Amino acid sequence: MRYLPLTPADRGDMLSAIGASSIEALFADVPSAALLDGPIESLPGHASEMAVERHMARLAGQNTAAGEAPFFLGAGAYRHHVPASVDHLIQRGEFLTAYTPYQPEIAQGTLQMLFEFQTQVARLYGCDIANASMYDGSTAAWEAVAMARRITKRGKALLSPGLHPHYAGNIKTMAKFTGDQIVYDAPSLSADAGEDALIAQIDGETSCVMVQYPDILGRLPDLAKIAEAAHAQGALLVAVVTEPVALGAIRSPGELGADIVVGEGQSIGVGLQFGGPYLGLFACRSEHVRHMPGRLCGETVDASGKRGFVLTLSTREQHIRREKATSNICTNSGLCALAFSIHMTLLGGTGLAALAAENHRLACLAADKLAELPGVSVLNDSFFNEFCLVLPTDARALVRDLALDGVLAGVSLGRLYPGEEGLANGLLVAVTETTSEDDIDALVTAIREKLA
Amino acid sequence: MNANPSGWRPSTPEAVTLDGEGAPTSTGNRALMLEEGLIFEIGSLNNCGVDLPTPSAETSTRLGGMSRSTPPALPGLSEPEMVRHYTRLSRQNYAIDLGLFPLGSCTMKHNPRLNEKVARMAGFADLHPLQPMNSIQGALGVIDELAHWLVTLTGMHSVAMSPKAGAHGELCGVLCIRAALEARGDPREVMLVPSSAHGTNPATAAFAGYKVEAIPAGDDGRIDFAALKARLGPDVAGLMITNPNTCGLFERDMIAICEAVHAAGGYVYCDGANFNAIVGRVRPGDLGIDAMHINLHKTFSTPHGGGGPGSGPVVLSEALAPYAPLPYVTKAADGSFELVEEGDEGAGESFGRMAAFHGQMGMFTRALAYILSHGADGLAQVSGDAVLNANYVLRALEDVMEAPFAHAGPCMHEALFSDEGFAKGFSTLDVAKALIDEGFHPMTVYFPLVVHGAMLIEPTECESKAALDEFIGALRGIVERARAGDEALHLAPLYAPRARLDETAAARKPKLVWSD
Amino acid sequence: MTRYFTEDHEWIEVEGSNATVGITDHAQEQLGDIVFVEVPAAGTAVAKGKEAAVVESVKAASDVYSPITGEVTEGNAALEEDPALVNTAAETDGWFFKATIADTSELEGLMDAEAYAAFCADLD
Repeated sequence: MRYLPLTPADRGDMLSAIGASSIEALFADVPSAALLDGPIESLPGHASEMAVERHMARLAGQNTAAGEAPFFLGAGAYRHHVPASVDHLIQRGEFLTAYTPYQPEIAQGTLQMLFEFQTQVARLYGCDIANASMYDGSTAAWEAVAMARRITKRGKALLSPGLHPHYAGNIKTMAKFTGDQIVYDAPSLSADAGEDALIAQIDGETSCVMVQYPDILGRLPDLAKIAEAAHAQGALLVAVVTEPVALGAIRSPGELGADIVVGEGQSIGVGLQFGGPYLGLFACRSEHVRHMPGRLCGETVDASGKRGFVLTLSTREQHIRREKATSNICTNSGLCALAFSIHMTLLGGTGLAALAAENHRLACLAADKLAELPGVSVLNDSFFNEFCLVLPTDARALVRDLALDGVLAGVSLGRLYPGEEGLANGLLVAVTETTSEDDIDALVTAIREKLA
Repeated sequence: MNANPSGWRPSTPEAVTLDGEGAPTSTGNRALMLEEGLIFEIGSLNNCGVDLPTPSAETSTRLGGMSRSTPPALPGLSEPEMVRHYTRLSRQNYAIDLGLFPLGSCTMKHNPRLNEKVARMAGFADLHPLQPMNSIQGALGVIDELAHWLVTLTGMHSVAMSPKAGAHGELCGVLCIRAALEARGDPREVMLVPSSAHGTNPATAAFAGYKVEAIPAGDDGRIDFAALKARLGPDVAGLMITNPNTCGLFERDMIAICEAVHAAGGYVYCDGANFNAIVGRVRPGDLGIDAMHINLHKTFSTPHGGGGPGSGPVVLSEALAPYAPLPYVTKAADGSFELVEEGDEGAGESFGRMAAFHGQMGMFTRALAYILSHGADGLAQVSGDAVLNANYVLRALEDVMEAPFAHAGPCMHEALFSDEGFAKGFSTLDVAKALIDEGFHPMTVYFPLVVHGAMLIEPTECESKAALDEFIGALRGIVERARAGDEALHLAPLYAPRARLDETAAARKPKLVWSD
Repeated sequence: MTRYFTEDHEWIEVEGSNATVGITDHAQEQLGDIVFVEVPAAGTAVAKGKEAAVVESVKAASDVYSPITGEVTEGNAALEEDPALVNTAAETDGWFFKATIADTSELEGLMDAEAYAAFCADLD
């Protein structure tokens, strides 16, 4: 077997050195009732690289890849161009096959990268500090709810209707077990991002108000107004950003008063990957650092006075605090953080702004063309690169039909909010720099034909 | 003649001797060892390594008054500068690709590059998680096929695929236990965890709302079964147990332990971190467990990536299966796949969603390629060689290192030693740092907590006998120095990119972001 | 003024019904470099044997238990800025909190300096 270096002769020599009669003898502690007497049933024998590649390629071929079709899906996962150098560098073995930097003297590459990443995220979000990443945006959002509880010692979290329903779903699941009270309702089809209705629900028991920006329907809520109202009640504002490219065009949540900012970093460097692995971003004010979940990398010096980096404040974490840890989280999303950091380093602030401008330009173009379709309207007054179309028909069925015609039209609200009758005609359309004007025309034509 | 106009006169180099570090260089570099500044020091806010259309100033925006006036303060680099930056950083990392990485309980095995290739096939990597089902049948097929083999290899009833890492999988399993207990109207308060357990176990149980009680280890490094039996009762929701355990031993009483927990109305969660020791030879389902997470980044070789991303599918018994998280893949009579999500038929008893979308697809493709590459014979050989390698290390070192629990019998896939016998003032940390100078990654140190100065060595099946012999020789030499009290050990590492780092200063005044 | 010691390595100095509590020199030595201390705020109720403060080194977090039941009158603010005080002056300037003592009978059974020294010697 190509991955196993021991030869039969080695095994014989080693067994003699150990004083064991066979490899099976080394499994003497396993109850005989549980020890298999042959290979795992039904699993074939080992296979060549070529055979496995062929099998996997066949499965890959049964999917419609985003690049093969006019493509308009978003809703928390966005298709952006990832420069070739990003994927090349993350495959360097020194990054790909390293582990958590527990031995900092021989992990400065990963540690310096994480320090740079933390600074990039903090600056992007307009916050003081950021951690070394979380599993993804949705799990980071739950961690923010738990952190707000620890800071405010209050147990009621208010989630904006504009929060991604999967994020809200994850938070509701976790809260069932921790006893947190969660206030959340699905959104309604309105151009109003609902700031006033949300503010009216904040009270003296509220630990945090969680607001997505841009929200699930693409609207841009006025975070500053919500921050002021939350702070007046002693609650925190947690902003959620599922499309980080937007922050090249719109003001950062930290600047607008958010206390904690979390989100998904997948848009920068990571790719679609059918939903994972993704990259949770987590930033906050420096005064809350000890309540923060996840790994943190910090600057220090070595014994000879040279600058170096280490994992720090680890007493918050499970391997030391055990049942008193801030979170049970044990890993971050290191390689995705590296991809994000590399791509962000290529872009720089001006590049991110230019990328965002191009996304917005194309989205405006698409919105204008789609709005001309009979019976179709664009819900949003404001948006970045994603907006909600209101169709005269069930959007989920339309998306399914269009996929058969080779157009991936967007994410229907029926898929995200099954059973919500009032949302069934809503279609989220995302447009990025990878969308061509021909793609937009193809979508317009395809919808027109289906609606005719 | 024209006598050598270049001035380069080949000659035999003279022997060089230098004290200590040798002469300083003007750059701070040392040949291939290159110092590298931070992107904030070498980049500039206006530099960019991506060609993008210049935004037109006149374009009206629909940003609802939220437009920013200046770009974020993020430095950029051109592509060649960027490539050099990260290439230089990479060379300051140790990695499996460079040498033996015997980190106990972490299973640092070779990461096959075929897996990287298949994960990048456009039909997997360039798919959106919310595409309509008719455009993602192959992707759902991958999830279904991997799920099938995980269930087959563990002898369990079903598997939840969406957990994003081992600890997330633990949470999934414990939440299934809690949901099952609540469904039968018998919510319980206490989760039992052996004192040798990984820190995620008690952290997870506490997070899920349980009071955590420790069960001590016996003198043989295994759970104290009598203490466990004495503690079982109507308030105990279950037991979280690692098997093979963190001392590198198989819990011989595992079947009886599961029976006892079940008889008391509880469930058994098995931490599958050490599944590599038994894969292809023992099916945990045959031991009677109810839930176990599988670290795809350990047993099934998906890359550790400098600390994630991981992936932690959880296999479940029939009793816990109905409570598995959403979403999951089902196969219709016509062979087509569907995702069961919120509000769909059959989602009823699930405890709910625990992350957006459907799990770590990029890890599923890699793990499936790994399983198919090895096959039934290869996987049994994996566990066999992993255990053989660990026992070879154990027996080769036990005359100079104290192996607290493995005097009499074999270990599983990792060998555990203590710091007993070291001269006063010499610690496990000194040994670890000296291994760095010898060109190895240190073993896991100070874990498990039940052994003083613990050193947990997991060589994995991917090491040749020659590599093991070299490692054994180096470690033996270092331990002999620690026993003899060689003061120079405290200076290690001498040859790494950095000497020992001041972690106290880092924690007292945390500097977590760069500032001018 | 009388000083007592606990088996969990706290010291308590008693003057009438007021007490000052800290961790012992032996404890700080075992912990290593202290990087963070969390002391209770004035007004916090503490109970004998229950967690009252947290002390952290780089690799360990330990709970500090109150030797008595009572109410905190002052936490040592200096430790927030300079946790290393616990290393350099564990039994003087590195005190953790001052509190009132609800029931002085709780002091019975605590060790004096000599007994504590013997207790520590036994641990080594």
